[in-house]
Amino acid sequence: MAIELTVNGKSVKTDVDPDTPLLWVIRDEMKLTGTKFGCGMAQCGACTVHVNGETRRSCVTPVKFMEGSEVTTIEGLEGKEASAVQKAWTGIDVPQCGYCQSGQVMSAVALLKKVPNPSDEDIDTAMNGNICRCATYVRIRQAIKNAAKEV
Amino acid sequence: MRHLFIFTAAAALLTACGDTASTGTLETVSTPAPRVQVSGETLAAPASFNSITNESERSAALFDEMFKVIGHPRCMNCHPREGSITQGDDMTPHQPMIVRGEDTFGAPAMECSTCHGSENVSYVGMEGSIPGHAPWHVAPLEMGWQGLSVREICEQLKDEDRNGGRTLEDLHEHNAEDGLVGWGWNPGEGREPAPGTQAEFGALTQAWIDTGAVCPA
Repeated sequence: MAIELTVNGKSVKTDVDPDTPLLWVIRDEMKLTGTKFGCGMAQCGACTVHVNGETRRSCVTPVKFMEGSEVTTIEGLEGKEASAVQKAWTGIDVPQCGYCQSGQVMSAVALLKKVPNPSDEDIDTAMNGNICRCATYVRIRQAIKNAAKEV
Repeated sequence: MRHLFIFTAAAALLTACGDTASTGTLETVSTPAPRVQVSGETLAAPASFNSITNESERSAALFDEMFKVIGHPRCMNCHPREGSITQGDDMTPHQPMIVRGEDTFGAPAMECSTCHGSENVSYVGMEGSIPGHAPWHVAPLEMGWQGLSVREICEQLKDEDRNGGRTLEDLHEHNAEDGLVGWGWNPGEGREPAPGTQAEFGALTQAWIDTGAVCPA
């Protein structure tokens, strides 16, 4: 049974096994490889996308649940929060190896859309599920604060 | 607790401060091991308490039987008295750390629904599953149970200021029919179900109410 969803504004129809994780569809079917596979069990946040504007770990999201949903990946992120985060990220060179960063950015943008001027606690609770093996956490927090000033 | 994940896509090791969102200990992905010993604990039927002739004592005994469910990790994990919750049959702190949030559905950009869907989802290529149900959320702070005695929890369950404004009749309906309560008997791979069945738990709740809803000493 074909499943229809929207990815980055484009209508997509996929007939993969309905239990296939959304992440597989994004990366293998659509070749949008900015979203990363990390742990496969919602423990690291590398696969974070937005579904109908909310953060979602795509590795534990069967595509059958995405019928009619609007999915945004790192490639399709736009808006004033996204621009501010991009500027802040490059401004202080947040990434080190960079593998987790698309997930970090997706969570950061979602946070700023909901909480325009986040406290340290807001940032910590929002970003807790995005693990960075390079431990760039201090720069991530600073960049979110810098982005908040821009927004 | 820190474990090593095999970071296949990057062919690198990712040190992650977490175990699974759903179960206790995470083994390396390549050598998964059984994580749960199902106890198979059952619930006694209300009629089996008829030999207790004193009604108050019978009522208290019925609550003790209900507590096999209430005190089980499937229920207790999501009724913390502090900010975060626990997970797994060994009730370890939830990984990643999460907060209840103002609406009991998590924090902005880290909602329960960031990871938990409308049903249990098996991991792909490894053992275990992430639990899910719609809705999926933490019990409100005033309904926190962890660390309280059986009697304290019993008194709390009867207190409409601390039970979501439920009458005893509402409480029975909650125990017997609520979907999220019922998830406790359908918790997905890697988690031990609550003892008995939801119908049996509902029957015990009704019998407890019918005998005066007495709390154990």
